[in-house]
Amino acid sequence: MTEPVLSVRDLSVSFRSDTRTVHAVDHVSYDLHAGEVLAVVGESGCGKSVTSMAVMGLLPPTAHITGSVRLGERELAGADDKAYGKIRGKDIAMIFQEPMTSLNPVLTIGRQIGEVLRRHQGLSKKEARARAVELLDLVGIPAPAQRVDEYPHQLSGGMRQRVMIAIAVACDPAVLIADEPTTALDVTVQAGILEVLQSLRERLGTAIVLITHDLGVVADIADRVLVMYAGRPVEQAPVDELFATPRHPYTRGLLSAVLRPGTPKDRLPEIPGLVPSLDTQPDACTFAPRCARADDTCTASRPGFRAVPDENGAAGADATHRAACWHPHTLQETAS
Amino acid sequence: MTTLALTGIRARAARSGKLRALRKNKLAMTGGVIAVVFVLAALFAPLVAPYDPAQPNFDNVLAAPGWSHWLGTDDLGRDQLSRVVYGARASMQVGVLAVVLAFVVGVPLGLLAGYYGKFTDSVVSRVTDTMLAFPFLVLAVGLAAVLGPSLTNATIAIGISQIPAVIRITRAETLRLKHVDYVAAAVANGGGDGTVLFRHILPNATSALTVQATVGIPAAIIGEALLSFLGLGVQPPEPSLGVMLSSAQSFLAPAPWMAVFPGLAVVAATLAFNLLGDGLRDVLDPRGATR
Amino acid sequence: MTTAQISLKRPGLLTGHPMAKYVLTRVRQSVITLFLVSVVVFAGIRALPGDPALALAGEERSPKALAAIRAEYGLDDNIVIQYARFIGHALQGDLGTSSRTGLPVADAIGQALPVTLELAALSLLLAIVLGIGAGVVAAVRRGRPAEWIANALALLGLSIPTFWLGIVLVLAFAIAVPVFAASGFVPFGTDPLDNLRRMILPAIVLGSGLAAVVMRQTRAAMLDSLSADYVRTARAKGLSRREVIGGHALRNSLVTVVTVLGLQLGHLISGAVVTEQIFVLPGFGKLTIDAVFTRDYATLQGVVLCTSFAYIFINLLVDVAYSVIDPRIRLGGAR
Repeated sequence: MTEPVLSVRDLSVSFRSDTRTVHAVDHVSYDLHAGEVLAVVGESGCGKSVTSMAVMGLLPPTAHITGSVRLGERELAGADDKAYGKIRGKDIAMIFQEPMTSLNPVLTIGRQIGEVLRRHQGLSKKEARARAVELLDLVGIPAPAQRVDEYPHQLSGGMRQRVMIAIAVACDPAVLIADEPTTALDVTVQAGILEVLQSLRERLGTAIVLITHDLGVVADIADRVLVMYAGRPVEQAPVDELFATPRHPYTRGLLSAVLRPGTPKDRLPEIPGLVPSLDTQPDACTFAPRCARADDTCTASRPGFRAVPDENGAAGADATHRAACWHPHTLQETAS
Repeated sequence: MTTLALTGIRARAARSGKLRALRKNKLAMTGGVIAVVFVLAALFAPLVAPYDPAQPNFDNVLAAPGWSHWLGTDDLGRDQLSRVVYGARASMQVGVLAVVLAFVVGVPLGLLAGYYGKFTDSVVSRVTDTMLAFPFLVLAVGLAAVLGPSLTNATIAIGISQIPAVIRITRAETLRLKHVDYVAAAVANGGGDGTVLFRHILPNATSALTVQATVGIPAAIIGEALLSFLGLGVQPPEPSLGVMLSSAQSFLAPAPWMAVFPGLAVVAATLAFNLLGDGLRDVLDPRGATR
Repeated sequence: MTTAQISLKRPGLLTGHPMAKYVLTRVRQSVITLFLVSVVVFAGIRALPGDPALALAGEERSPKALAAIRAEYGLDDNIVIQYARFIGHALQGDLGTSSRTGLPVADAIGQALPVTLELAALSLLLAIVLGIGAGVVAAVRRGRPAEWIANALALLGLSIPTFWLGIVLVLAFAIAVPVFAASGFVPFGTDPLDNLRRMILPAIVLGSGLAAVVMRQTRAAMLDSLSADYVRTARAKGLSRREVIGGHALRNSLVTVVTVLGLQLGHLISGAVVTEQIFVLPGFGKLTIDAVFTRDYATLQGVVLCTSFAYIFINLLVDVAYSVIDPRIRLGGAR
């Protein structure tokens, strides 16, 4: 297999205050290959957004980060703001959940797109503006030559998110992180945004990390899925395999709840019990308190994020399907 | 009537918690202590002052600060410390009375404008705008010119200049509170306008108004010193910090203490009230707080 | 043909454009306030106890002089006619005659104006540079010594009354270490260096309080915008710290800062009166105070009228500037 464009290893993020330490992300690892879409799924507060903010180096200085983040040949963990400044927007870019507030209200669209081109590609004002028009066209904004001189408040939410995408892909980055890009938008607009992302992947070969809690979106465009729970990775698999044979009880709970009729599509299903507080870092499975299969092992020690056995009972050599569980569902069980 | 009782309880409970928060704020407490010292010195000026502030002593003019005269003497040999104490008395008097005047006129107008809206509001707002069109000193100078310079007229001029701010704050608070549940409930229960305004809205606007008062007092203290400095306020030989500074100007080289100490007194008083005000604002009015 | 093309591009430049509409509304409000101010000023002199002729006459109170004034001001006419005449003259630049000097009030104002304008401009420049600079530093260096120092200076700037600061600065820099002059005015055109030597202390005195206010507002606005989503976006673009802070956060904070500057201009005018008095500058403020002490009501009336008009006009300009900075207001869109 080719070298991954983005490789995250044992990334942990904690926030310390005077009284307590919150472990927001706890040993997360994943690889992302060129042209691939990796979906990171989980409930709010499971650490999926913090993980990507850590990858982008956008966390506040109070965050304590350990582990490794490799973008191509470069190690990003521990890089300072200046070093990150040369990479962000050029080799790795991000779009955010809040299209209404993520654009600067007092600057024109063209200026905000052009800025990133002038910074990383050294374009002149004029060249940057011309390129901005092309980019607006690329992300499917009608009348781009006119829109380029408008201000964010003149655009709808969906249009603003397209502008955000245009900014993100302006320098043709190897990796694009999309943090719940459609959550704040109407259902009809969501489809359009996803289409844009998909066509970018096809045309430019951009690898995408898609953070979402919408399993419908995952099924539509993801190649692989990473499921997170309470700051830890619980299961990772190719998308078809995950939907067909979820091994972790949490993933299974998620999926079965989605399949139940009447569950709103944009809401994560409810599983009995509460998400544990992130104050402690228990030497146990964090899902155990809500898990029907939990036993003494689960509350006594933390399960590793290991390859799950295939139909022959042996762990797959390339380990495309991993789960952090002492008692993963067997294939027979998942078939039922 | 339950709504009324609830309103009271809520306000009281919130207030005790806020007082505790204020007590923790060291800067605000320092300011508070200095402010109390000023108020006490003003109240008991005759007991505090070591000399008669008006008694000239031509054998001892422009004496430097020393044991017999801690802050030195002025060009007429009068004791500076005693004059500063009596000057602070004048400052506090103007500070408090001007703010009272601004509140007595401004609060009812703000309540009316905010509560009745429409025509009443437009009239009050236009009048406020017109008052704001005169910069403070131009207004004060104009009034002093018309009324003649004196401590009372300076107080009136400063009080009038603070009315627009009081109107605006009261109006904004009234507009906000008009739609709060318990006030709406009181209205629905058939509470008369007077009851609603004075028992439900006004008590809940006290936070914002307290903050305004702590801003208004130091502004009035500076205003008094300024008008007296220009000769439009307290008239010599009456002691006032502004009058002292004005006469100090002629003796800057031989007797700099004449300018330094009255000025320090003004700064200490305004700083004290500003610190207290900042602390109160943080505690009482989180919306207006600079973070 | 050309006109048609333009109007196609910008439909109804003067009437339909939201910006023009906004400006027109503000102008209309300002005209109403101006009218009310002129009525107050006019009525103020008439409200004086006794005969307005006595007031306008100043020290010269012979029956002959009073009769002349009565005739000049038409004091025996209907009050509305008197007001109309007052406004008519004022609009033509005739503000009456000073009872002290016997010269036209408009001329005295014309002479005093450049002094005050220079003083105000220098102070404003100082306040903007220092205030915005310190405010940005305090916000960016939150929780570090730099923020502490900036906050302490701002609090001092707010608590030290201008006139005392003036006296202290004179003590320090004109008497103890005589580097600047403490009094007098030399026109900039005559001797620029001497002019600045005399204007620097007054400008510091007048600008310090304003700088403190601007600093506090800038700091608060910067703290807000630094935590805004669009700043995160700017960082995600890989922009340098400078570009993020200057191009995005500060650009947004300016909206607030300009508003505050506008609200503070009244204080600038008040402060100018005192500052000119301390440094003996022959400006607007000195003219006003002298007029009060010599009971020169014609001059006082003219000065108050001019000051208030200027104040209203500046506020109008600030509001228009505000809409230029913030496209949401300029283009009349929703937030």
